[in-house]
Amino acid sequence: MINRTDIQAAVEARLAKRYRAEGRFRLFGILAILAAISVLLLLIGSIASQSIPAFRVNELTLPITLEAARVDPAGDGSAASLRRGSYNSLLQEALRAEFPEIEDRDQLRELFGLYTPLNSARLQNHVLDHPELVGQTIDFTFPISDDADLYLQGRTTASSEAAPGLVATPSSTTGEVRIFANSNVFSPIVSDIRARLTTQAEELEDRAERYVARATNSASDEARIGLTREAEQARIRAASLRGLAEPGGLSVNMSPELPSSLIRMNGGIIDITRITDSGRTAEGRVLVALDNTDTGDDWTIWTLDVPQAERRITDAQIAWAETLRERGRVEVGFNTYLFTNADSREPELAGVLGAVIGSALTMLVTMFLAVPIGVATAVYLEEFAPKNRLTGFIEVNINNLAAVPSIVFGLLGLAVFISLFGLPRSAPLVGGMVLALMTLPTVIISSRAALKAVPPSIREAALGVGASRLQTVVHHVLPLAAPGILTGSIIGLAQAMGETAPLLMIGMVAFVADAPSLSIGGLTEPATVMPVQIYLWSDGAERAFEPRTAAAILVLLALMIMFNAVAVFLRRRFERRW
Amino acid sequence: MADSGNRASTVYHDAAKTLKGKITLDGVNVFYGPDQAIYNVSMVIPDRSVTAFIGPSGCGKSTILRTINRMNETIDIARTKGSIRIDGEEINSKAVDPVILRARVGMVFQKPNPFPKSIYDNVAYGPRIHGLASAKRDLDGIVETSLKKAGLWDEVADRLDQPGTGLSGGQQQRLVIARAIAVSPEVILMDEPCSALDPIATAKIEELIDELRENYCIVIVTHSMAQAARVSQMTAFFHMGDLVEYGPTEDIFTNPHEPRTQDYITGRFG
Repeated sequence: MINRTDIQAAVEARLAKRYRAEGRFRLFGILAILAAISVLLLLIGSIASQSIPAFRVNELTLPITLEAARVDPAGDGSAASLRRGSYNSLLQEALRAEFPEIEDRDQLRELFGLYTPLNSARLQNHVLDHPELVGQTIDFTFPISDDADLYLQGRTTASSEAAPGLVATPSSTTGEVRIFANSNVFSPIVSDIRARLTTQAEELEDRAERYVARATNSASDEARIGLTREAEQARIRAASLRGLAEPGGLSVNMSPELPSSLIRMNGGIIDITRITDSGRTAEGRVLVALDNTDTGDDWTIWTLDVPQAERRITDAQIAWAETLRERGRVEVGFNTYLFTNADSREPELAGVLGAVIGSALTMLVTMFLAVPIGVATAVYLEEFAPKNRLTGFIEVNINNLAAVPSIVFGLLGLAVFISLFGLPRSAPLVGGMVLALMTLPTVIISSRAALKAVPPSIREAALGVGASRLQTVVHHVLPLAAPGILTGSIIGLAQAMGETAPLLMIGMVAFVADAPSLSIGGLTEPATVMPVQIYLWSDGAERAFEPRTAAAILVLLALMIMFNAVAVFLRRRFERRW
Repeated sequence: MADSGNRASTVYHDAAKTLKGKITLDGVNVFYGPDQAIYNVSMVIPDRSVTAFIGPSGCGKSTILRTINRMNETIDIARTKGSIRIDGEEINSKAVDPVILRARVGMVFQKPNPFPKSIYDNVAYGPRIHGLASAKRDLDGIVETSLKKAGLWDEVADRLDQPGTGLSGGQQQRLVIARAIAVSPEVILMDEPCSALDPIATAKIEELIDELRENYCIVIVTHSMAQAARVSQMTAFFHMGDLVEYGPTEDIFTNPHEPRTQDYITGRFG
């Protein structure tokens, strides 16, 4: 016989261990949740911070005189005539009026690079909507180019401005100009440039050495010859850099590979191209005309850290954009284009509206196909079908379909819906059908689970008072299973909304600049959807697509959260106890 | 079949002759897939009385009850052979629509199973689907009478729009009885109606069963022999799928013919 106290001692000995195990288990659980939450926050935080520049945009507002002869060539005020107006030249002239000193053709082209000509179409539409404006002068607002926008948002280069406080004199107000100072104010720039050139030369020499080392170790002759040649070229380049950096040289040339230095003086901006006379004289060209050639000490040297060659906006464009901002012609505001426009080649005009409408149309098709068919299938299999080998086979296959990679459904859509049925490519109709195929297994499985969860006593009760099987299902089982069916369907639809791969196969990856109409007709118009839009933008060459990609991800996440909120709301609304 | 023929159940229905027969079972066999659950049961159940089915768990008493309104059909693998007649009319045939049959033969289950709807809708559901009331006033009348017959009216008259699932267990079971009565059945089948209830609720249900006997043919499956003795006029004892003994309740409990019945009611097994 085991003694009563022995039992107690044995239990107590193990008790502490059991509690420790339980404590460990809880700790791991909490750690897992914390890890998940922090990763999620990190993810959303990084996307949100990346997306900030996409939600703001710098817009130009310029007075534009809609001369009748220019916008209405036929002179009858008809839409056809208004369509033939030369709107882009109006925009060009308006911008040129801001900088009358620019005469050089290349510089003018740079200036017109501050906006995209697509804005002339917007101006044209504005005039078509308001033909009474012809002959008047209007203030037309349009987004500045994406590169200028990024610069103005401080995303392109760090810049610093320093006032030497010493007297200097410009030689002219426009064109090529020399600035004479009576001390060597420009020598810090010279020494900075020399230091940079020396560093670059050293890097090249190091590289040349590495090439030589690799060449001696290399087994193949071909590789050895190639590496030796590379090393030789690096050495030559290094030597030329060292030559440029040679101290004691009387002058130094600025180059696009070096940080830019500009001078703001007497209300104008000068781009330094050369410093001579031991740092006493700067040569350059005027970007923004000076008011006069007065001598004074009220001027600054403005340094742009990122070399011109490494950014997509030139020194001149930066000078003009800054000047336009100082003149109040450029103002930053909320980027409404992001929400009111469809896709565009120009990031400043690109928006998600087309993709949102495309997604909405696609989801409508998916919903109207997948939910009724899926629920009907689930009801039949769960409530009516006999349990035999055939239904068992069907059941296994439905479960397997849920695990089929989504791109396979895309291939199926391409082969069947487009090739066989001849439905249009890139259309929300086909996209919705493909996604419906993909969503069906999810809807069926979750609906069957929901139907299974309805207690059999409810079915017995209904059958017991003489309800038919269909009445039992429609009056009692379906309403009780509705929350589960809804949740499963909405999760399936949300999954479909985030799907990219199958849509690539059926051509919904196309660039679509016009939002499809939110109607039945829109179902067959070319369209794209949110995840595909994100995919396209993430691949965009322009840097400004980067924040827009992040912004589009946020929009998609917001749509998803809305979807899930609706699911939670519906579940709460319909949940009943039995 | 030859196998089941060897196990013919002994049937005593001398006493039933004095009462008018309502349900006649003739050579009923029930199979669940390859297993036979009921062996060749023949009996006559009298009208306007309470007949109790007793026996140990798994003896087939619920199965035989569920053949009377063909609820067994809802189980895929169940098959019923033999003849079941209500008022001489064969019900165990393809020609008879189970929906119509179930309107004539109401059923009350072990666990109260009101619909998750209002008390009113629970009772009105049957009449609605069978189209028994055309006007709202008629339907109100049916609901009120049914609830009154089930002895629940006084307790719920002022809250008919509240969910039936919010009632207590005993009230729910009476609601379910009211729901069964609402379609004016001829027979009410009760499958252990009091097994989930406390003694007070049980007493109320038993009282109700006694009142309902005036108008309906009631068949009740029960585990409690005391209950069978209290509420029933006829008692059938089942064992291992056989109808072992069937007769007036008094006889079964005081003077059983079969040793197995004797053993069961004296508590030697079961």
